[in-house]
Amino acid sequence: MYAETHIISSSENNPQLKEGQLVINVGPQHPATHGVLHLVITLEGETIVKIEPHLGYIHRSIEKMSESLSYRQFIYVTSRMDYLSAHINNLGCALCVEKGMQIEVPARAQAIRIIMSELTRIASHELWIGAMAMDLGAMTPFFYTFRERETINDIMEQTCGARLTMNYMVPGGVMYDLHPEFVPRVRAFITQFKDKVTELEDLVTNNVIFQNRTEGIGVLTKEDAISFGCTGPVARASGVDGDIRKRFPYTGYEQLDFEQCLHQAGDSFARYIVRIREMYQSIRIIEQLIDQIPEGDFQAKTKAVIKLPKGEFYTQVETARGELGVYIISEGGTTPYRIKYRSPGFSNLSALDHMARGGKIGDLMATMGTLDLVIPDIDR
Amino acid sequence: MFSFQQWAAQIHSFLLEKTGTYTLLIECIIIGLLAISLFAILGLVLVLMERKVAAHIQIRLGPNRVGPSGMLQTVADTLKLLMKEGLVPRLADKFLFNLAPFLVMMVAMMLLAPIAFARGLQIWDINIGVLYITAVSSVSVIGVMMAGWSSNNKFAMLGAMRSGAQIVSYELSAGFSILCIVVLSGSLQISDIIASQETGWWLFRGHIPALIAFVIYIIAVTAETNRAPFDLAEAESELTAGFHTEYSGMRFALFFLAEYINIFIVCALGATLFLGGWMPLHIAYWDGFNHLMDWIPSSVWFMGKTFFLIFLIMWFRWTFPRLRVDQLLNLEWKYLLPIGLFNLLLVTWIAIKGWHF
Repeated sequence: MYAETHIISSSENNPQLKEGQLVINVGPQHPATHGVLHLVITLEGETIVKIEPHLGYIHRSIEKMSESLSYRQFIYVTSRMDYLSAHINNLGCALCVEKGMQIEVPARAQAIRIIMSELTRIASHELWIGAMAMDLGAMTPFFYTFRERETINDIMEQTCGARLTMNYMVPGGVMYDLHPEFVPRVRAFITQFKDKVTELEDLVTNNVIFQNRTEGIGVLTKEDAISFGCTGPVARASGVDGDIRKRFPYTGYEQLDFEQCLHQAGDSFARYIVRIREMYQSIRIIEQLIDQIPEGDFQAKTKAVIKLPKGEFYTQVETARGELGVYIISEGGTTPYRIKYRSPGFSNLSALDHMARGGKIGDLMATMGTLDLVIPDIDR
Repeated sequence: MFSFQQWAAQIHSFLLEKTGTYTLLIECIIIGLLAISLFAILGLVLVLMERKVAAHIQIRLGPNRVGPSGMLQTVADTLKLLMKEGLVPRLADKFLFNLAPFLVMMVAMMLLAPIAFARGLQIWDINIGVLYITAVSSVSVIGVMMAGWSSNNKFAMLGAMRSGAQIVSYELSAGFSILCIVVLSGSLQISDIIASQETGWWLFRGHIPALIAFVIYIIAVTAETNRAPFDLAEAESELTAGFHTEYSGMRFALFFLAEYINIFIVCALGATLFLGGWMPLHIAYWDGFNHLMDWIPSSVWFMGKTFFLIFLIMWFRWTFPRLRVDQLLNLEWKYLLPIGLFNLLLVTWIAIKGWHF
């Protein structure tokens, strides 16, 4: 089908196209989409006229699957949604189940959850910087960011037993206690991070080509960000103060001292800066907790089979990409009646057409890169 | 200093004695074979060098399994590419599709002709050598456009269009930089340009304008050879592989090799024009030092300078992000070209007044 699309006669075949316009398919297999996203792009020369995202290439019906899994089991499926912040996805689901069960989570478990979430956030942002720089044609930062990310993954592996899909959060706390080496290794990571992040700033942030490629590109105003339902760093770069950790604190974020990173420009560079500053804030949070993890249980005592009372439960957490909402409708049984996830990537992707219109193809990569799309999170 | 000229003369007289009228033909065949083997060896060495340089910039080791410290990796890769099926898209213009990689490679090989590799080691010392190089190197853009057009692929087409705009505009800046040295040395012949640098390289003797010309030359040839940060024609995150998206197997390998040979040629030309070619480093009045420098063979000087410039271009690639297409053209037409023009005037003034060292 694609082999027969003629370059010249495309406007004759497709009545919607004007003279001189051509359609290209970016994806489902394309180096810049980081997954199986399919963008149908109408071009006029190099200028983008329209972008249509086509979804569904990695739809695994996680929501439907969750309906036949017990309240302990369905949490693990969510690791496969936004695999770069698996901990935080699991945390959102665990919080929702805990809300239904009305149990208190021990203080130790809460501290561990926050440390793990923030480590996940740093790992996710590190990967994002590398991938974004690669979208802009710089290969090297990817390897530099992966050095730090690998350290985090090693720490995770030691405590959780997995590097990507950790499955560490359970209703009532965390699955295991921390590995004895966890605290010294996290401390070592903090030193390493503070030492090496300057390298990244020299290589990427202060690079004139990088600044020229991202400043004023893909601008999203505050009003647009709200109307498209953008959350996370994308919204905060446009000046929307919607950090769930501040607005609706969960699992003990209210006791911590950290800042919400806001930027007013709303362009790609602002989104980059917001994420860099968020990594510093995550380090700040970890530093506050790592030396005073409370003693005690790491898990509250729960029944072997969890049953939620009849009703509807909703929690939201701040993943590395934005707000993840978990909505459970329970009929009182051992499995949820219906589960709905509000994933941040889906809403952020919806703003792509608005942001990239009128730009060049190169701008599209600079815009799409800063949205930090994880395709399994969009498709579920 | 040792010169290859005597060798050449001996071989020539030997052949003249033995074969008589066919001498020229046999010499052409020998040179052709030498050029092809040089082409292959350079390609292998440069690809390996690129991978090693990239690896060490990116805190990893690079190829280290095939052969001693990975030296045979490119040989293995070439074998793999040779054995791969060369697919031709169904609706491609098959004649042009097959012709394009050969055209690009042929241009790269033709450019080897006037390069002086060492004292007396030059295939063709044509009296308009610099003009020949600038003229022939423009032909490669036709090969790229041909590849992009005949593939019947939109990505390839966009890549070829970008490449056309880019190479044609950056050739101007490279040309002005080359002209600066032509004005200073007063000749278009490569051997004359090298001979004029016996007392010192033009980079040092031509004051700041020569330095500006050198910087512009390096930027312009990086763009002309489609290397990052100017690799828009094959921007892999935007156009998957640009103009050679549809090429596979050995046809792709020819594009790939031609890119590296082009890098070698522009760096060799840069070394010849600005860094004295095979001339050793001489500092006036330091006779002992100069004698010591003369002991180093001229081919080592030439290769050392060339590979230094190649390293510089590889260093760019693994450090900088890519420019956008309009920024690329802005850089050329709004900055490099006016600066280059003004610089040429300055150099001419310096040359007329005889102010250079």
